[in-house]
Amino acid sequence: MGAATDLVWHAESSLAAFDAVVLPGGFAHGDYLRTGAIAALSPIMAAVAGMAQAGRPVLGICNGFQVLCEAGLLPGALIANRDLAFICRSIEVAVVDSGSMLTAGLEPGEVLRLPLNSYEGNYVDPSEIGRVVLSYREDPNGSQNAAAAIANAAGNVVGIMPHPERASAEWLGSVDGNRLLDSFLKAAAA
Amino acid sequence: MKVTVAITRRPEIADPQGTTVRRALHDLGFAEVDTVRFDRLLTLEVDGSDSETIRQRVEEMCERLLANPVLEDFVVEVDR
Amino acid sequence: MTLDQEELSEETAPTLHGQLGLTNDEYQRIVGMLDREPRPAELAMFSVMWSEHCSYKSSRAHLGRFPTEAPWVVVGPGENAGVVDIGDGWLVAIRIESHNHPSFVEPFQGAATGVGGIIRDIFTMGARPIALWDSLRFGPQDQPHNRYLFRGVVSGIASYGNAVGVPTVGGEVAFAEHYSSNPLVNVMCLGLLRAEDLVLATTGRPGNRAVLLGAATGRDGIGGASVLASASFDEVAARKRPSVQVGDPFLEKKLIEACLELYERDLVIGIQDLGAGGLSCAISEPTSRAGTGIDVDLDRVHTRESGMTAPELLMSESQERMLAFVEPALVDDVLAVAARWEIDASEIGTVTESSEVRVVAGGEPVAQLPATALTLDAPRYDRPLGAPSWMEDLWSNTVHFVQPPDIAGSVLQLLAEPELGSKARIFEQYDHMLFLNTVVGPGHDATLLRVKGTQKGLAVSTDGDGRLCYLDPLRGGSRLVWEAALNVALLGAEPMAVVDNLNFGNPEKPDVMWQFREVVEGIAQACEFLGIPVVGGNVSFYNETSGLDIYPTPVIGMLGLIEELLLPPPRLDRAEEGMAIWIVGTDWAVNLAGSVFEKVTFGHVGGRPSAPDPTMGRAVLGTARRLAAAGAPVLHDISSGGLAIALAEICIASGVGADISYNDWRHLFSEDPHRFLVVAPESVEANDLAQDEGAPIQRLGSMGGAELRLGRFTLDVDAMSDVFNSNFA
Repeated sequence: MGAATDLVWHAESSLAAFDAVVLPGGFAHGDYLRTGAIAALSPIMAAVAGMAQAGRPVLGICNGFQVLCEAGLLPGALIANRDLAFICRSIEVAVVDSGSMLTAGLEPGEVLRLPLNSYEGNYVDPSEIGRVVLSYREDPNGSQNAAAAIANAAGNVVGIMPHPERASAEWLGSVDGNRLLDSFLKAAAA
Repeated sequence: MKVTVAITRRPEIADPQGTTVRRALHDLGFAEVDTVRFDRLLTLEVDGSDSETIRQRVEEMCERLLANPVLEDFVVEVDR
Repeated sequence: MTLDQEELSEETAPTLHGQLGLTNDEYQRIVGMLDREPRPAELAMFSVMWSEHCSYKSSRAHLGRFPTEAPWVVVGPGENAGVVDIGDGWLVAIRIESHNHPSFVEPFQGAATGVGGIIRDIFTMGARPIALWDSLRFGPQDQPHNRYLFRGVVSGIASYGNAVGVPTVGGEVAFAEHYSSNPLVNVMCLGLLRAEDLVLATTGRPGNRAVLLGAATGRDGIGGASVLASASFDEVAARKRPSVQVGDPFLEKKLIEACLELYERDLVIGIQDLGAGGLSCAISEPTSRAGTGIDVDLDRVHTRESGMTAPELLMSESQERMLAFVEPALVDDVLAVAARWEIDASEIGTVTESSEVRVVAGGEPVAQLPATALTLDAPRYDRPLGAPSWMEDLWSNTVHFVQPPDIAGSVLQLLAEPELGSKARIFEQYDHMLFLNTVVGPGHDATLLRVKGTQKGLAVSTDGDGRLCYLDPLRGGSRLVWEAALNVALLGAEPMAVVDNLNFGNPEKPDVMWQFREVVEGIAQACEFLGIPVVGGNVSFYNETSGLDIYPTPVIGMLGLIEELLLPPPRLDRAEEGMAIWIVGTDWAVNLAGSVFEKVTFGHVGGRPSAPDPTMGRAVLGTARRLAAAGAPVLHDISSGGLAIALAEICIASGVGADISYNDWRHLFSEDPHRFLVVAPESVEANDLAQDEGAPIQRLGSMGGAELRLGRFTLDVDAMSDVFNSNFA
C-alpha cells in the first residue's frame, strides 16, 4: 500500500524510528496461559505503550488485539468463542463509530466483509468503557455488544478481531480491508 | 455435598504450556521456579449424604468423562 | 514394559525382544549380525528401526513397482520428503504420513503430533511449510466412541495447525463400519524452497558435530513406532499404554524459524528430524546414507525427566526435536541461533570414519554396531499373498433394480450423508488463509495455491478410497490416481508428482498382502500412463480391530503445476443463471458398484467397479486443462454421489437452480471414472475443445431458477442447501 514497514523483534526496546505500529495476528507464545498474556510482557511493549500515550496509531489485529488487552492498552479481554471452536470464515461488520484512527475514513452504518480467524475472539468488558468501533452484523462468537473492533477513548489505539489485511485483493474474496488500512496509514502519516 | 476434583497431568507426560510459562517467569526474575504444571480443579455440588458413595460416584465420573485416563490422574475430595 | 538393566539377564532377554515387537527369527538375525547377544540399548535401537513403521519390511518388496523418476524430480522416495522442480528456481517439497495408531490411543494429541511430524519432515529439507491437508476415516458417527475419535482428531489438527501457523487448506473425510475404533489420520504437508536452499539429511565429513535442537527428551511414546504401529488395535488397547506424546506447536514454530535461519546462513550440513524411531533413527539413517559413523554421548542429551535409561533415551519419541550436523567451527553459531529463538540445544556427538554407531552413557559404552545394521540390513519380507476366496462372490453380488427410485428423495438422502454433506463445520475450525496463498480453499475438488513472486500456481488434492479398493483393489488404486489427476487438471494444472499413504490391515494375512500388491500395481499403472513419478509415501499396516481389517485404503496426494495462474479460477460458486451445462467423458455410465448411492439407498456394497480407461482418461484431463485456461467458471469432478450430487453441489454453492435431462436414471448416480461437469456461458466453446482432445461431450441442460430439475423430478435449492449444510451440526 506504499508504506515502508519493518519487523521489530520482541526483545527490542525502541520504536523511535516508527510513526505507527501494528501488532499482527498469530499465536504468540502458543497462546499458553492466556492468549497474549506472555507477549504483553515482551520488552518492546513498553515502547508500544509509549506510542499509545503519545497519540500515535497503535493497531492490534486478532492476536495483537488480545495482546493490547492483556497489556492494559485497551479495556476488556478476549475469551474462547461461544461455541468453543476456532472460526475461519468470512463475516460482515458494520461501522459503529468513525471516531477512531481505523474507521476515520468510513461512515457509521457502512458494511464491510472481512475474514474472521480466531478461537479467542469473544470480547468481554465488564467496565463497559471499551468504545465499539465495528460490530458484527451476525454475532459469530458471543462478543459483548457484538464488538468486532474496540478503540481507546482517544481513538488512536484500536484492536480488531477480523483480519483487514486478509481482505485486500479481489481473489481473496474482498477488498474491504483496504479501506480500514487506508485510514490507519493516513493517521500514521499525520 | 461439595466435592473437589483435582485433575493432574501424569508426571511423565510433557506439559508444553507449563514449560513456556516457566520460561516467562524466569524472564520476569522469578528464577526460583523449578517446574510449572497446568492442572485442573473442578468443584461439584452433589446430592446425597453418604460421602463414601459420593466419592465412588465421582471417581466413576472421572474415569468415564472428567479425566483423560491416557494423560491424567485425579484426586477426589468430599467435604465433610 | 520396563527397560531396567536387571531384567535383561540372559534368561529374560528373549522375552524382552518379544515385548519390544521383535520376532525370535529377527532376534537370531541380530545375534548373527553382531556375532553376540545384543546389549539392552542395542536391542532398543533394533526394535524401533526394524519395526514395520520404520523399516517397511513387509511392503518394500512391492514398493519398487512405483515409477519414481522424471526430469523434474530433485529428491525421490527415501528422504524426509520428495522434492520437485517447478521452475524459476523454485522447488516444492511434499510428504504424506499416517498417525493412525497414536490417534486411536489419544485422538487429540495423536492428530496434533501427526501434524507436527509432517511439518518437520518438510522444513528438514530446507523448505518453508506453507500448507497442510488431512485425509481422515472414521466409523459411523452414531456410535459415541467413533464420535469421540472424530471430534478429538479434528480439534487436535485445528489446535496444532492453527497455532503453529501453517494453514490447513484441504482434505477429505469418510465414514464406514470398517473404520470403527480404527481411525485413519493421514496428514500431508507442502513446502516451498529456493533450489540453492535444499538440505539433505546427511552427516557430511567425519569430525562434524551432531547438535540436538528442540524439546527436552522424556519418556514419550517409548515403543511407539515399533509396538504401536506394528500391532493390531486390540493389542494396543490391551497393553499398558505408552506415555502419549504431547505436541508443542509454539516450540515447533520457533524450530521452523530457527532452522530456516540456519539454512539461510549455511550453518548446517544436514539435518534430520526426530519422529518415529527417535534418536535411534536420527543417528543411524544420516550416517548410513553418508557412509559415516557417529559417536554419541547420551549424558549430553537435554532431558525432561530424571533417571532415563540409555534404551529409553534412544527410543523416546518426544516431539519437536531435530538433529543438525554441523562443522566444528560453526557449532557456537548454531547454538547462538538456537538461543535467540529460545530453543534448547546440546552437542551430543561427533561424526566418525568408522561407519559404526557408538553410544556411551554414564561414561560406559552401551551400543556399538554398524549403522547399516539398523537401516539397509533390516529384514525384508516377501509375505505370502493370494486373492481372497470371497472376491468372485463379491463381484457377482449385485443389486438388481426393478424400478427407478424416487430420484429427488434419493438426492436428499445422499446430501444428508456425512461423507457427501458440507464439511464446513470441520474446515472452518482450521485457519486455511494464513500466508494469503490460498486462491481456492477447502470445499472444492482440489486446493489452488499461488506461488508468491511468480506467475505460477499449485493445484493439490488428496483423495482416498476404501470401498472401491475393497471391491477391486487394482481398479480402485488406479482410479484413485486418475481421479486425483483430474481434480488438479480441473484447476488448469498439469499433474507432476504423487505421494501416497497406504493404509491396510494385517500384512501377515495373505488376503491383505494381496490387496496391498494389487493397489500398488493399480497406482503404478496409472502413474505410468500419466507419466508422473511417485516421490514419497508411507505405509500403515496392522489396521485391524477384533480380527476385522479395514478396507484397503490408499490415499493419494497429487501435485499439479499451473505455469500461468489465471484469476479468478474455476470455482463451484461461479455458476450463473443462463449458463450451459455439459458433461465431459462417458455420459452413458450405468455401473453402480461401490457407489455411495448403492450403499446408502440399499445398504449394499458389492459388484465390480468399472475399470479406468487410460485413453479416455488422458482426453478428459486434456479437456479439463483447456477449459480452465479458456476461463470456464465452473468445472467439477463427478465422483462420490455421481452426477446428481456434483450438480447439486454447484447449485448449492452458487445459489441457482439447474435443469437437465437424462436417458437412464443410473447415469445420475454412477461414479464411473473420467467424468466432469462444465458450467459456462455458451461462448466458451466446450464442444470444440473436447472434440479437439478426443473426449466425448454432451450438453445436459442449463442453469436457472430456484430449483434443480432432474427430468421430471424437482428439488428446491434452498431445501438441498439446508440438508447439505446441516452436516455435523
